[in-house]
Amino acid sequence: QEKEELIEEWQPEPLVPPVPKDHPALNYNIVSGPPTHIITVNGKECINFASFNFLGLLNNEKVKSAAQASLKKYGVGTCGPRGFYGTFDVHLELEERLAKFMRTEEAIIYSYGFATIASAIPAYSKRGDIVFVDEAACFAIQKGLQASRSNIKLFKHNDMADLERLLKEQETEDQKNPRKARVTRRFIVVEGLYMNTGDICPLPELIKLKYKYKVRIFLEESLSFGVLGERGRGITEHFGINIDDIDLISANMENSLASIGGFCCGRSFIIDHQRLSGQGYCFSASLPPLLAAAAIEALNIMEDNPDIFQTLRAKCERIHKALQGISGLKVVGESFSPALHLQLEESCGSREDDVKLLKRVVDYCMNSGIALTQARYLEKEEKCLPPPSIRVVITVEQTELELDKAASLLKEAAQSVLN
Amino acid sequence: INHIVHNGGLYKRPFNEAFEETPMLVAVLTYVGYGVLTLFGYLRDFMRQWKIEKCQNATEREEQKDFVPLYQDFENFYNRNLYMRIRDSWNRPICSVPGAKVDMMERVSHDYNWTFTYTGRVIKDIINMGSYNYLGFAQKAGACQEAAAKVLSQYGAGVCSTRQEMGNLDKHEELEKLVARFLGVESAMAYGMGFATNSMNIPALVGKGCLILSDELNHASLVLGARLSGATIRIFKHNNMQSLEKLLKDAIVHGQPRTRRPWKKILILVEGIYSMEGSIVRLPEVIALKKKYKSYLYLDEAHSIGALGPSGRGVVEYFGLSPEDVDVMMGTFTKSFGAAGGYIGGKKELIDYLRTYSHSAAYATSMSPPVVEQIITSVKCIMGEDGTTVGEARVQQLAENTRYFRRRLKEMGFIIYGNEDSPVVPLMLYMPAKIGAFGREMLKRNIGVVVVGFPATPIIESRARFCLSAAHTKEMLDTALKEINEVGDLLQLKYSRRRLVPLLDRPFDETTYEETED
Repeated sequence: QEKEELIEEWQPEPLVPPVPKDHPALNYNIVSGPPTHIITVNGKECINFASFNFLGLLNNEKVKSAAQASLKKYGVGTCGPRGFYGTFDVHLELEERLAKFMRTEEAIIYSYGFATIASAIPAYSKRGDIVFVDEAACFAIQKGLQASRSNIKLFKHNDMADLERLLKEQETEDQKNPRKARVTRRFIVVEGLYMNTGDICPLPELIKLKYKYKVRIFLEESLSFGVLGERGRGITEHFGINIDDIDLISANMENSLASIGGFCCGRSFIIDHQRLSGQGYCFSASLPPLLAAAAIEALNIMEDNPDIFQTLRAKCERIHKALQGISGLKVVGESFSPALHLQLEESCGSREDDVKLLKRVVDYCMNSGIALTQARYLEKEEKCLPPPSIRVVITVEQTELELDKAASLLKEAAQSVLN
Repeated sequence: INHIVHNGGLYKRPFNEAFEETPMLVAVLTYVGYGVLTLFGYLRDFMRQWKIEKCQNATEREEQKDFVPLYQDFENFYNRNLYMRIRDSWNRPICSVPGAKVDMMERVSHDYNWTFTYTGRVIKDIINMGSYNYLGFAQKAGACQEAAAKVLSQYGAGVCSTRQEMGNLDKHEELEKLVARFLGVESAMAYGMGFATNSMNIPALVGKGCLILSDELNHASLVLGARLSGATIRIFKHNNMQSLEKLLKDAIVHGQPRTRRPWKKILILVEGIYSMEGSIVRLPEVIALKKKYKSYLYLDEAHSIGALGPSGRGVVEYFGLSPEDVDVMMGTFTKSFGAAGGYIGGKKELIDYLRTYSHSAAYATSMSPPVVEQIITSVKCIMGEDGTTVGEARVQQLAENTRYFRRRLKEMGFIIYGNEDSPVVPLMLYMPAKIGAFGREMLKRNIGVVVVGFPATPIIESRARFCLSAAHTKEMLDTALKEINEVGDLLQLKYSRRRLVPLLDRPFDETTYEETED
């Protein structure tokens, strides 16, 4: 019969296209041993300028012993989601401590940093709602927005005039159709310290816009939690804003707290909703208790030593100054941001060539004892792909000598490779 | 009498699966029950609106009262009026290792479940029939825990970087090689969260112009992954091979909906064991169909890895098939291995592609080292490479426990869904009031069970779900069975009329598939 012939003739594409062997993202760096201050990459010992271990808590003995105690009491896994015997007293304690530290009413914990914001956004914003998001938002936010099926409006990075223009346009739309406007929710999603560009968002102006146009703000503080502010409470403390003005703060515990997972905090009115409708919370196993105990101990250390934030900031300023003036590479990021990007001043022409050139710089540095990495993106999936860059991460554990060494090594590498 | 399917020699052993039909009286009474609850719900809402009754919900800030409301009133109707009444059956906090027996923190509510207070007392030694601890690896002492402790003191708890940047430790490489060997595939890759494994890798494999055929009762992570990919999704009836074949034929013959162009690829999404039904996928038939129509198969073995098969290698071994027939084998480490995370196994080209293009490899932090060590030790134990026969003994114990428990429950007269060999045992409750009553009565008798209702199940088919474990001894099972018997008599749960409808005679709806437009 005809149908049989059609079935015979149809040939599907192969499940996956072949990947060329020298694709830059295919060959991972192998780290033997712990990824701490001195790291052994591909057999070479280097100083670590690539892991987001801002407060140096990855190798802290107190954190490790707290995790050990928890391991002896609870084993490793939780064997269940939060709803079905997966809620441990450590989880409840961690949520309370985080809420108290951030001075909000309630906090909720996720077991994976990426899933935190990617589950929080679709829990509130549904089809038909409007979300204004910055162009440089990280990939997790983009996935959360895609899952929510809302209308997305991108505004230029940190450009409040552009955002205001979009809000005004929306207002005129609303006046044409007031009934629809009364049920359409509006949100602004911004990051405290942007991962892709290293600068901060102008939060005071955003608060003004919030009350003027009646939009809710969701703040993603993965990099700024434990870095900005006098006591590490993030960008709200940095600018001195009342935390209740922000509707939802989401952060992951994988950077400053040197653990795994993420949390959201805010008022109970908002956070409680995620306990039933956050997909990554309801349908996934809870955080292993040893990681929760490590996070609690890390919080203790953060609360007891508030001067590490000043130390970190001083180190960031120092290296930011030292890296200025490297021929061929420009520094992208604020002076107090611990995660900077080094981009090529002039592009070679194609992204592939830029990536290859930067790889040579990175290899030069790795051979001389400084571990760096290129910032990795999924080129086809990002909405606004940032240019290729080298990521430089500053931690409290790096001494001034090492910072100077890194800066001079980068100057040398740029000289030899780019000229 | 159970219906045994042999189907032209595809099955090497009997496949006993049964879903007894809901008795008519029970269905009617359940609808009546929901009707009464809804009426009371409206009455309560009315009283709350007119301030006769105090409103206990959290409310919006004063300064933001004129913003567009964040939640629709109607969305929360179910939440406020039905879920709140029996909220104490879920989110029960425990304070010991989630093994065969747990200690639970006692909590009371003085205002009908709106708020809870902890009395500070701990209820000890509750028989745990709710945690996914199939092979009993949730232990606080033993070889696995010691190895994990050593790795923790050497490597620390976190990693602070992604796989593609600086987060690829030698431990991860070791784990991936071991998992590939365990499954019998060329290569494997591990991720930090099982949910994220599905939702971040399905979009990397299929995109616009591809077709996804997904089972009716697939897990939320598979549904989310399918939606995020942008491909067209069509749903076939649960475990129903005629429905799947019809969809496949129509897809190839008619092509894409509007343009009639041929599909780029077709991916079939199934699970090994479905956690709400307890049914096992009809893998031999699915593989036969997949080969005939040249499509690809994605098998999610979240519950079946470690739990099925004579040596614990999952549903592929259970049916005696070759792992090469399944294109993408996915599973999680949370259930049978007592750790956290997920993996994908398959041919080397597939895994190389995922290493480069998976969302998780580029943007998400890699797995924590002590968790990785726990998986390595437990996999070695199951394979027998640690020099003992503990792993093999556990797999056998689980199979025995499953058969015994299911047989006894059926004899008592309860309606039990699912396959005879699946360690997930759903016991039907149907009526909304019995959901809460069953959970509370069992807790009074020191047995912890999981009850599920709408929206995880269809509205009249609420159930209690038991998860058996190799750590359960026969005495524990006997105690549990005795208590279930008592509670069953007390609540009149023994609905079974022993008239089991053979599986193929379930009416197959000839109306065509639903297509979900995104």
